[in-house]
Amino acid sequence: MYVAAKGGEKAIRNAHALLAKRRRGNENLPSIGLDQIAAQLTLAVDRVMAEGSLYDIELASLAVKQARGDLIEAIFLIRAFRTTLPRFGNAQPLDTSRMLVRRRVSATFKDLPGGQLLGPTFDYTHRLLDTALGGGENGDISGDSPVASGGDIGDIPAAPVAMPRVTDLLGQEGLIEASPADDGAEPFDITRAPVAYPVDRATRLQTLARGDEGYLLALGYSTQRGYARSHPFVGEIRFGDVEVIFEVPELGFEVSLGTVQVTECQMVNQFKGSAEVPPQFTRGYGLVFGQCERKAMSMALVERALRWKELGEEQSAPAQDEEFVLSHCDNVQATGFVEHLKLPHYVDFQAELDLVRRMRAEHEAEMKEAAE
Amino acid sequence: MSASDVGGMPQITYNFAYLDEQTKRMIRRAILKAIAVPGYQVPFAAREMPMPYGWGTGGVQVTAAVLGRDDVLKVIDQGADDTTNAVAIRGFFEKTARVATTTSTTEATVIQTRHRIPETKLREDQILVYQVPIPEPLRFLEPRETETRQLHALAEYGLMHVKLYEDIARHGHIATTYAYPVEVAGRYVMDPSPIPKFDNPKMDDSPALQLFGAGREKRIYAIPPHTKVRSLDFEDHPFKVQRFAKPCALCGATGAYLDEVILDDKGGRMFVCSDTDFCNTRQEEGHRGEMGA
Repeated sequence: MYVAAKGGEKAIRNAHALLAKRRRGNENLPSIGLDQIAAQLTLAVDRVMAEGSLYDIELASLAVKQARGDLIEAIFLIRAFRTTLPRFGNAQPLDTSRMLVRRRVSATFKDLPGGQLLGPTFDYTHRLLDTALGGGENGDISGDSPVASGGDIGDIPAAPVAMPRVTDLLGQEGLIEASPADDGAEPFDITRAPVAYPVDRATRLQTLARGDEGYLLALGYSTQRGYARSHPFVGEIRFGDVEVIFEVPELGFEVSLGTVQVTECQMVNQFKGSAEVPPQFTRGYGLVFGQCERKAMSMALVERALRWKELGEEQSAPAQDEEFVLSHCDNVQATGFVEHLKLPHYVDFQAELDLVRRMRAEHEAEMKEAAE
Repeated sequence: MSASDVGGMPQITYNFAYLDEQTKRMIRRAILKAIAVPGYQVPFAAREMPMPYGWGTGGVQVTAAVLGRDDVLKVIDQGADDTTNAVAIRGFFEKTARVATTTSTTEATVIQTRHRIPETKLREDQILVYQVPIPEPLRFLEPRETETRQLHALAEYGLMHVKLYEDIARHGHIATTYAYPVEVAGRYVMDPSPIPKFDNPKMDDSPALQLFGAGREKRIYAIPPHTKVRSLDFEDHPFKVQRFAKPCALCGATGAYLDEVILDDKGGRMFVCSDTDFCNTRQEEGHRGEMGA
């Protein structure tokens, strides 16, 4: 007698117990603290906050730990939590010109008001594995650490000083397109309303800001290789702390909710001009939570590519295809749908099996007929 | 969501059936619109759910929005209550809504399904919630949403008929075996979700309310009770469903959808009901197939 396989419930329980055990790893080793993740895996935590669209260092660290270091899984955990949070209002637009700048570079000017500040960056490091880091507690003073190399890490100013953005400097001459004026309208919220194409600027930027870093990197890269080339220059990248201001309607005044760290990239691109507009530089914009420079730059490249219509350019490349780019950039959506192929499909497969068998039988009959 | 401090990190608790009431209201509005315009895909602001996209987030949101405390919930995947994803979704509502659950089709008031319609005829006090991966029946003919919405608005379904015609020209019959397109209430062409076309006739004039939720694609659509649902076909090539050569090996049912189970590596196989509740009930009633105990 045949008994169909049962016990999905028990199998799931056991699988999850095993997962918990594997996550913990060797129990003779201490469990990683969230403070350690937040302090030492900062960039992983930053990416989870950026693509999870939730600025909470502790929860993002927890997500990284719970996801065993799988960042897309961690982003997913954060998103599923974020979706349950009530909205009590919109903050004032962040003023990134009043940033406590920890890093700021411009590739278009050798020097500029506020200066260039390298800050904590992998740029110009030699990518040599530093075995000193593997030495445990006392070994974690690396060759390029300030202590070992005698560097001076200087002081971070206690309060932000106004530091004009490069685009504002060029803007005074009218050489670069101005930021669109704030019309005071409440921006579209992609997490609260379904997106319909074509989209406006707010929708485009929101979608890109939470889009997958790798996906945007590849698309941005493609524009550099000639698929919708835009002659980009990094006008400026800045990373630092920005105050979040909230106006409480009941109180009638503004309060500071604290600071968030963001990376902002202003990409400056060539533009030949049109009948109405004289030749000027155009912009692509990237803004991401935390220190996520690769993402901010990629975002700026893709954002610029998507603006072809408004600038009267030709559409010729994948990175310019709004519906294609925006509807596939969310990694939580993408990973879910790709991985759902693991789910049982035997009902549909059975239907296909039946069809193929029938078609093969017909084919065989035809061949026989032809032979006779 | 609310948080209360229980040492260390704050404890997180969730609303009845996970979603907050504002979100449920938004989903209910979309459902009402969907019922008012049968077969039309209503955009809704799908939320991120704690299960992956493509694993039933649309169905789960619809279920969460229609579920009340007195409801009895049944969840099936591939017709079975014990498939892993069905177990996980049932567990989710047991945990977040504490509603009664069942595997019995007749006892359930809300049935969430993936890929099947139960064999047992549904009643008017029941709601069938489908999980939908790709709600757009024209998607594989035209990938752009901007285009397909226009085609629906104009009721321009020539593309689909050409596709079905090409099937016939090439294979002698229509080679779509599941997610077979239907016309609802004489207007919208609708994707019935990837149910085998065997189940299509069950949608027609069904006394139960049928709701379809696509989370990743942010669409809800519906078939109100007793609505005409017609599978697309041609006069000289009428719509036909699959037929199985043998009855169910466990309960002897004929005219039910069967799964093929491979028994050994020598070509041994058996066919059993995909609807486990239907099969078990029949066996309890004393029906036996050739391999039944």
